Amino acid sequence: MEWASQLCENRGLGSKMTDSKYFTTTKKGEIFELKAELNSDKKEKKKEAVKKVIASMTVGKDVSALFPDVVNCMQTDNLELKKLVYLYLMNYAKSQPDMAIMAVNTFVKDCEDPNPLIRALAVRTMGCIRVDKITEYLCEPLRKCLKDEDPYVRKTAAVCVAKLHDINAQLVEDQGFLDTLKDLISDSNPMVVANAVAALSEIAESHPNSNLLDLNPQTINKLLTALNECTEWGQIFILDCLANYMPRDDRESQSICERVTPRLSHANSAVVLSAVKVLMKFMEMLPKDLDYYGTLLKKLAPPLVTLLSAEPELQYVALRNINLIVQKRPEILKHEMKVFFVKYNDPIYVKLEKLDIMIRLASQANIAQVLAELKEYATEVDVDFVRKAVRAIGRCAIKVEQSAERCVSTLLDLIQTKVNYVVQEAIVVIKDIFRKYPNKYESVIATLCENLDSLDEPEARAAMIWIVGEYAERIDNADELLESFLEGFHDESTQVQLQLLTAIVKLFLKKPTETQELVQQVLSLATQDSDNPDLRDRGYIYWRLLSTDPVAAKEVVLAEKPLISEETDLIEPTLLEELICHIGTLASVYHKPPSAFVEGSRGVQHKRIPARAGSGESAESSDVGQSGPSEAPPAVIPSQGDLLGDLLNLDLAPPTATVPSVQPSMQMGAMDLLGGGLDSLMGDESDTLGGDIGGSPSMGAGLGVAPAAMPTALGIAPAVGGGLGDLFDLGGGVGMPTGSYVAPKTVWLPAMKAKGLEISGTFARRGGIIQMDLTLTNKAMSVMTDFAIQFNRNSFGLAPAGPLQVLTPLSPNQTIDVSLPLSTSGPVMKMEPLNNLQVAVKNNIDVFYFSCQYPLSLIFVEDGKMERQVFLATWKDIPNDNEAQFQIKDIHLNSDAASNKLQGSNIFTIAKRTVEGQDMLYQSVKLTNGIWVLAEMRIQTGNPNYTEMELSIKCRAPEVCQFVFLCYELVLKN
Amino acid sequence: MIHSLFLVNASGDIFLEKHWKSVVSRSVCDYFFEALERATEPENVPPVIPTPHHYLINVLRHRIYFVAVIQSEVPPLFVIEFLHRVVDTFQDYFGVCTEAAIKDNVVVVYELLEEMLDNGFPLATESNILKELIKPPTILRTVVNTITGSTNVGEQLPTGQLSVVPWRRTGVKYTNNEAYFDVIEEIDAIIDKSGSTITAEIQGVIDACVKLTGMPDLTLSFMNPRLLDDVSFHPCVRFKRWEAERILSFIPPDGNFRLLSYHVSSQNLVAIPVYVKHNISFREGSSQGRFELTLGPKQTMGKAVESVLVSSQLPRGVLNANLNPSQGTYTFDPVTKLLSWDVGKINPQKLPSLKGSMSLQAGASKPDENPTINIQFKIQQLAISGLKVNRLDMYGEKYKPFKGIKYMTKAGKFQVRT
Repeated sequence: MEWASQLCENRGLGSKMTDSKYFTTTKKGEIFELKAELNSDKKEKKKEAVKKVIASMTVGKDVSALFPDVVNCMQTDNLELKKLVYLYLMNYAKSQPDMAIMAVNTFVKDCEDPNPLIRALAVRTMGCIRVDKITEYLCEPLRKCLKDEDPYVRKTAAVCVAKLHDINAQLVEDQGFLDTLKDLISDSNPMVVANAVAALSEIAESHPNSNLLDLNPQTINKLLTALNECTEWGQIFILDCLANYMPRDDRESQSICERVTPRLSHANSAVVLSAVKVLMKFMEMLPKDLDYYGTLLKKLAPPLVTLLSAEPELQYVALRNINLIVQKRPEILKHEMKVFFVKYNDPIYVKLEKLDIMIRLASQANIAQVLAELKEYATEVDVDFVRKAVRAIGRCAIKVEQSAERCVSTLLDLIQTKVNYVVQEAIVVIKDIFRKYPNKYESVIATLCENLDSLDEPEARAAMIWIVGEYAERIDNADELLESFLEGFHDESTQVQLQLLTAIVKLFLKKPTETQELVQQVLSLATQDSDNPDLRDRGYIYWRLLSTDPVAAKEVVLAEKPLISEETDLIEPTLLEELICHIGTLASVYHKPPSAFVEGSRGVQHKRIPARAGSGESAESSDVGQSGPSEAPPAVIPSQGDLLGDLLNLDLAPPTATVPSVQPSMQMGAMDLLGGGLDSLMGDESDTLGGDIGGSPSMGAGLGVAPAAMPTALGIAPAVGGGLGDLFDLGGGVGMPTGSYVAPKTVWLPAMKAKGLEISGTFARRGGIIQMDLTLTNKAMSVMTDFAIQFNRNSFGLAPAGPLQVLTPLSPNQTIDVSLPLSTSGPVMKMEPLNNLQVAVKNNIDVFYFSCQYPLSLIFVEDGKMERQVFLATWKDIPNDNEAQFQIKDIHLNSDAASNKLQGSNIFTIAKRTVEGQDMLYQSVKLTNGIWVLAEMRIQTGNPNYTEMELSIKCRAPEVCQFVFLCYELVLKN
Repeated sequence: MIHSLFLVNASGDIFLEKHWKSVVSRSVCDYFFEALERATEPENVPPVIPTPHHYLINVLRHRIYFVAVIQSEVPPLFVIEFLHRVVDTFQDYFGVCTEAAIKDNVVVVYELLEEMLDNGFPLATESNILKELIKPPTILRTVVNTITGSTNVGEQLPTGQLSVVPWRRTGVKYTNNEAYFDVIEEIDAIIDKSGSTITAEIQGVIDACVKLTGMPDLTLSFMNPRLLDDVSFHPCVRFKRWEAERILSFIPPDGNFRLLSYHVSSQNLVAIPVYVKHNISFREGSSQGRFELTLGPKQTMGKAVESVLVSSQLPRGVLNANLNPSQGTYTFDPVTKLLSWDVGKINPQKLPSLKGSMSLQAGASKPDENPTINIQFKIQQLAISGLKVNRLDMYGEKYKPFKGIKYMTKAGKFQVRT
């Protein structure tokens, strides 16, 4: 009893003793109290005081004023006290660099302590003190620790190299730490190997061109050995590193797969997914008729299914990845449909992903089950989910032809429920079904028309109007129905207005006698009473078409429409391949290539699935359809400039397995063909390269196909021909936003250097489209044909978005103006200067090279207006070191005029403030690669001449500041 | 790698932050709060949230959001797995993982987080190793520490971290040597209106509590190992041996751990231990609805179904429910519309039922959605998949350990549609 009561007392004492006491609010003078306690002679009091300091720090209070006092406690043999002081140091060293130097000696001493725990702790902490002055002192102790006899110290030191690299990359290179780190890959201790790999991978991320992780069969073997013995986290690093390796042949590939497969049974889902990545990638190299290939396929399914029984967050990431895997290799999970069935208490983000995969796996064999499920989901509570489920039914109908009828009847059942949003969603998807299977299910139109009044969402209204217009001849009262929509024409959204216009024209062409009045009404509504350029232009086109050539009108408006297919929602094959190489990463969650969103990605390597080194089986491999990159993948999205890309870019050359674009060495030699060519431009000329290009067999085909592809992109244009061309021009003139400043054309390539071809040009950004305006002049005596253009890798990935449209031969003394649309999805390499662009132009005579510089405003995007709060936070977030100051003189603009002018070039003013006779403008700019640039502009308001403006520019990538400033100057002065 | 961690409580306050690299301003969490506001339910916050310069990856555990901040390309699963490990460690150290417990032990928490990650790289995440480095706080130790001035920080080198068996600490000693294994299976199932199974699968785990002296080497064999074709092992299990002989051979960690988890997929025939007869109906134009529910045992291999709990989210239109349970108690929350019925044990002779009426809003139309019924239950001494342990042997040590194996089946996400 006595013991029990004592325990109770202790318990009471215990609760009073907990750390929550440190959370008492900051009283005035608390800092002084702490200071006194820190300097106390009593060890215990000291420690308590440090604990209090740490606790305050944890909750975000500023206790940096105590820095010298805490550092004084550092020289102690009490391990906990030492650790606490180290914790404090890491947090505040940055703000007190001079004080932090006081701690250096203790670190150096601790690095030689007989206790490896202390050595490791010291080297670990030193690396976390992000103060430049200290890093120099760090080098010697670090070098010793990297070669320490104790593996615990070595593995800690390996990570420290990565930390140091983050602070001062040059220092790390100069001190030779990278080589030491590479040596650690062969360390006897697996933990050390894993940490060395992790550190190297992180360093390599900021060093895309270095061959830090130079993988060869020996290192691979070491990694595979370490893989079995290191911690789960180490396994992830090693697997991710392995995924970058390019096996020499299918046997090596198989042996790696065999040694990686056991990782599929790991309890850590990140290990499993990284293993899946390696297997998915290396599998590509295995012959499809190999028994092992089949075994491997079977082994992949269970771990993926198991991931779905984990916590919802894990499920979500797994599902996003499975979405990629089922697109690449549907055979893996084709029997596992049921695990994707939705449980009603799954979080919404899991539900939506499961639904997506269900559709991807839907086939004739399981469609009945899938439809039953989808119908069930359509009665759930969550509106978003219900909508998506209804949409899924439509996608099933389009994907599995045999099921279309069943899908339609399911949709009709759902329409009968009269639940408003279900009906609307159903009508939208039925429209798609009509487009896929024309003249098959029109019997349901009557049912649809019954629900006309309940439609209040634009998409559903537009869909219904489309149906009425398309099947006007079968709907007796089509004119009445459309007329009823016409009453509120001006209140409708653009989508509905456009659809209504087209539908009534269709109706008129089908039943001209009764509907003349209606069509006139809608045309005048669209052309005279509307402010919307799209609507107006379409109205004019129809009007002129109908009045000049009704036959042509019929051909255009009632033309046969291309069938839609399920493919439209598939990921484009090249992107899919890249994403498969990034399974388990953020890229795979967002289904975007890493270059698209990893901020300031300093040159992301585009990864490719290795091509099968064809040894005769290539013919058999064709049964897997779109798998091998060697077979031209079915182009879902028209392949834009790819044809020309083939022509000039060796990277895309036939799969000779010797050109693995992933190998870093390749990146180093980067220039590929063009680079060489440019060198030759500088030096003496060599014709061999040009010869190679000319001889490329794909060239002729490329140019032959390109013009044919154009008309489809324009849609209805070809049927009408010249007459309409004017109209389109007209439309263009009206609709084009008055835009940014465009510099006059300058000569880029003088005729002397290019065998008579003179090229001058400029760059422009019009309505979000980047264009390179070129003037080609033939100053030679012979006709020039077969023009093509290609860019070298450049800082912002500019690349032609289409072929160079010089369709007619250029005769002597003729000049032609061409506008070449550019995209920013090309390969990225940092150029010097940043805005330099190296171009190769080819014609029937030769290949010519020149370089030009584009204004950075070319890549300022239209949605570059930042939210104010975000601006404030970002401005604070960017270190002051990244700020650059500029002056712009002789500007005769006031702040409003300036900000209007800048807005035209996508430099957006977010806020304006007037302080002490100065206008301060806060502006933001977003580059195509997602980098934000923030600016603060100061203009003297008192001065009538406004001769001087001051500009501060802040950006995470400080190298762009200079170029942004040049754009300001250019825009403001012109 | 992982930059920072913020802990956010249910009311949306950041109560702890830890930075492993440079300090990331708290304001980055504003993006998380925006997502939180948009989410209809606390668990609907998307796990990965992009911000202009960072990515936020969060998990929700014990009503606390663990928000990790990353800046470069880091595998999200890696981050999520790590966050789970943080939660497990807190629970292991403090018994519960609550805001109060974390605040009470903030210094230990800070020390732990510092030990778990170094510059964003995982350092020591195994509970065995962590406990060598930082002793868990106990009431007694806190008292002793305050009196004697000693600390929570261990003085030895975490040698386990470097050995071939990094999961086991060295020099373990017990007077009673014992090894217990729990085979626990959860059935996830969706049953349709008519009572037929749409999908059913089993998630099984074998949790162990091993307190053995020295470096014991254990083998565990099964009567029917063929059931286990989809397994995830604790790193201690020798994979080669399993592949070749279907025997689990391992040097166990000290204390509690999950030896393996397995999955019996929907393609196998999964026994469904309970059935539900239901009639939940609303009539057009009437403000009353009927509710009838009867439970019964199905394939239970003669074992009793216990701790049965039925819950169902009734349609929004339902105002109240007036029901009569044949056993147990029921509650209906008129605000959340959640009906739950604590049934207890199912007596096969006298099946439990819940019958009565629901009142609807006057004049409201018949609800569109059909409620789903969620069932929880437990069956002791049965692994519903039929998995049975054959024998457990110990090598490498001389003493004779005490061994025990327990089986249990539970409902996981067991849902009946109506």
